[in-house]
Amino acid sequence: MLRALLRRLLLSIPLLFVVSILTFVLTGLTPGDPAHTILGTNATPAAIAAINKTLGLDKPIWVQYWHWLTGLVHGDLGKSIFSSEPVTTILANSLPITLTLIIGAVIVSVLVGIPIGVASAQRSKSSGQLIDAFSLVGYAIPPFFLGLLLTLLFADTLGWLPPSGWVDPGEDFGGWLLSIVLPVLTLAIPGAAIVARQTRQGMLEVLSRDFIRSLRARGLSGRSIVYRHALRNSLGNVVTLLGLYVVGMLLGTTLVETVFAMQGLGSIAVVATNQHDLPVLEGAALYFTIVVIVAFAIVDVTRAALNPKLRTR
Amino acid sequence: MAVTFALPRPTARNGVPRALRRPVTIVALCILALLIIAAIAAPLLTPFNPVSNELADAFQLPSGKHWLGTDEFGRDLLARIIYGGRVSLVGVAEAVAVYLALGLTAGIIAGYVGGVFESIVVWIADVAFALPQIIVVLTILAIFANDSSAAMLALGLLGAPGLAVFVRGATKTVRAEPYISAARVSGLRTAQILIRHILPRIASPVIVQVALFAGTALLFQTGLDFLGLGTQPPAPSWGAMVSDGANYIGKDTWMVMPAGIVIVLAIVSFNLIGDALQDLRGDRVSASAVSVGAAIPGTGALTEQHIPGTISPERAAAPVSPSAVLSVRDLCIGTDSAPIVRNATFSLEPGECLGIVGESGCGKTMTALAIIGLLPEGVRTTSGSVLFRGTELQGASEREYGAVRGSGIAMISQEPAASLDPSFTVGDQIVEVIRRHSRLSRAAARAESLSLLAQVRLPDPAGVARRFPHQLSGGMAQRVLIAIALAGKPAVLIADEPTTALDVTVQAEILELLRSLRTEMGLAVVLVSHDWGVIADSCDSALVMYAGQVVEEAPIDAVFTRPRHPYSYALMESNPQRAAETRSILPSVPGSVPPVGQWPVGCHFAARCAFATDACREAPIALDLVADQHWTRCIHPTAVPSPALPSPTTVSEG
Ligand code: SF4
Repeated sequence: MLRALLRRLLLSIPLLFVVSILTFVLTGLTPGDPAHTILGTNATPAAIAAINKTLGLDKPIWVQYWHWLTGLVHGDLGKSIFSSEPVTTILANSLPITLTLIIGAVIVSVLVGIPIGVASAQRSKSSGQLIDAFSLVGYAIPPFFLGLLLTLLFADTLGWLPPSGWVDPGEDFGGWLLSIVLPVLTLAIPGAAIVARQTRQGMLEVLSRDFIRSLRARGLSGRSIVYRHALRNSLGNVVTLLGLYVVGMLLGTTLVETVFAMQGLGSIAVVATNQHDLPVLEGAALYFTIVVIVAFAIVDVTRAALNPKLRTR
Repeated sequence: MAVTFALPRPTARNGVPRALRRPVTIVALCILALLIIAAIAAPLLTPFNPVSNELADAFQLPSGKHWLGTDEFGRDLLARIIYGGRVSLVGVAEAVAVYLALGLTAGIIAGYVGGVFESIVVWIADVAFALPQIIVVLTILAIFANDSSAAMLALGLLGAPGLAVFVRGATKTVRAEPYISAARVSGLRTAQILIRHILPRIASPVIVQVALFAGTALLFQTGLDFLGLGTQPPAPSWGAMVSDGANYIGKDTWMVMPAGIVIVLAIVSFNLIGDALQDLRGDRVSASAVSVGAAIPGTGALTEQHIPGTISPERAAAPVSPSAVLSVRDLCIGTDSAPIVRNATFSLEPGECLGIVGESGCGKTMTALAIIGLLPEGVRTTSGSVLFRGTELQGASEREYGAVRGSGIAMISQEPAASLDPSFTVGDQIVEVIRRHSRLSRAAARAESLSLLAQVRLPDPAGVARRFPHQLSGGMAQRVLIAIALAGKPAVLIADEPTTALDVTVQAEILELLRSLRTEMGLAVVLVSHDWGVIADSCDSALVMYAGQVVEEAPIDAVFTRPRHPYSYALMESNPQRAAETRSILPSVPGSVPPVGQWPVGCHFAARCAFATDACREAPIALDLVADQHWTRCIHPTAVPSPALPSPTTVSEG
């Protein structure tokens, strides 16, 4: 298990470099932009040069990268060009929102998707077709559209839930819980559908293996065979799928945060994109990458815990 | 200098594959075609200008004039959808073009040439896989403001390594096939081989990937427009239309719907086409994996299973031995379309070992599985009776079987490694069975499991108990399975080819173990094997099966000194020892077992029998008593010579 984790972390280091260099090289292509953003389009060349000097943008790109890296080591990601706030402060406020949505969506998908998948694996083919249809549509509804539909139903029409906004759980826990229901649901509905589908397929595959007949021949109860043996052997692939789901959800949270007016990492990144606020965007890129790395590390560890072949020799 | 000889070309498909003819797939194709044609021919299809405001017409519901209603500026929604499709579909096309061009080229070269290039492709894919695409796309958009094309090209670039790795795998598989090496030998240039022979073979799985990627690309494209990062107002685009509608959702619920639904339909269509193509490939795989029932060729409706006259009146009327622990009478097994086993009858005394012999496909394993009610799906017992200690099992419920399996009748099978759950330790698996059949505490069950492992002569039981199945050798795994089988203290053990997968020395050890367990515990054993040597070594009596029928039944000495059925004789003569060593199935009995559903009317063995006469082929042959306890299904039993085989006792010493 430790080895799997180490391997994953070793793979992650080049990934972090690739992402940060990529964003740097790309942003380095247009050194005039931040100055224009600050000064407006009809700024004098002298003023632009002055701004570039204060921002360090007059230096070669690798020098800028080096500055950024050394800053990173000291926990400093620079300042927002737009608001002059430290990037770390901005992101520290938005990270919990994004993580809440992602973790919430994973929990709901698992809690709903796995039981449905298990139940349907023991039933007729038609329940499988229903799940296939659900996951097909769930996968195809863009989160921004699904979010709107849910808001329309639960907030505008029924009035059960707030239509948007993030409530700080420290201030109003109940309000926080209500505020995240719709965004989490928006992300979790397709999630639950694909988890159910994977669980069903995995269960059917495992239930057709030889050892299941052997377990029956030992007189074990159907309940033990399904829940203890078949489910356990199907979970590995579900966990892998959840990893991919989390990576895919980075686009999802970005859209959902915008729909529900939450200042998460994604919507911060979108605003930064609009404002050409490159330090914020670079910081968000770093955080997103770390989220992916952590998600994959959790997937690796969980898979190793589930599959003895991965942790023993 | 190219040598010309005919190269087998990939087989052409006959017409359109079935998965593509499914109604949903056709609908999906039509939707996409419609959207594309509409986008191209937009001015011809709608009289409205998608960007001209008609404020008087704002917020209208669908009507004869505006089929899908209007937006906040009175612009026709249908016109905006038709024109908006241009941005979205061009965006998807851009992403797909980059994805396909780069991914396919890099993948096919990596797969065919390999080497450093392959390693680089794989490494890049590893990194790209974990790269948050959205953030890269946002960075691109921060630089090239509102440049949808730049964003979509970048998305294609980010996806391409994934496709490359996929294509590489597919290419390697095709490359390994003989006709590719033939093409190389024939002097075709690499480029020609790639384009003419490899590309057509991997095309269909690649299209699956492309279809799924197109769905993702559309999600991205509309998402970016929704976020206001792509197409700028007033230009129409699907994503922007949803975001527009969202702004007025409190006032006009309808406005958001048309564009949202079109996006969903388009993505669903891409995915459906991908799924259909995938099923197309899946069909072939699953066709070979379907249960026995479906694989057996049908011979029309299954008429009567029990053929009158196939059992002599004496055999049918023979009383059930009161001491028998297991008694199978007149058991018939079949699918809906064909019989698999007919009229099997035998019984087993406590401590007895009965061997069931025959080639594969004769119904041995089905008979064994029928006893504990574990026939594969599609196969069932059609008539007859299975009595275990006087209780009828035929027709028993799962619950009733649950009370017998493991504790009354246990089973071990051919592939020891595949019979254990890979996720649990050996100890856990034994403890589970012990606790199922007793009221022992966890600790007591654990102790009991160790003593069982010791009983099957595994050195270091505690160490073995901690191991997982993949850490066991074949012989150890079979001992563990025997220990598990003993955990419920059964009276009968069914061993289906217990040694076939094992080395010869291990085989002998396992048979020796089974023998001593019989004497120690009074365990009755049904030993299923294709190998007379194994039967001779262990059994008290033998039951020979051929093409679904019991053809001979006798005490072991009798059958070896004087077989009364030509099939038994032929099996013995075919040198089982050598067959066992090479694991081939009796190479020297000429001909093969007639498949289920194609049995002849008369003697099933007639086609391969050296003593067959016309009488043999005319009518079903009955199982008749020819000597004390010696039954045969042959009308010329005296023609069968005695085999030149060593007697059972010498075999067991050898
Ligand atoms: S009945 Fe005839 S064909 Fe059948 S085994 Fe006997 S001799 Fe051969």
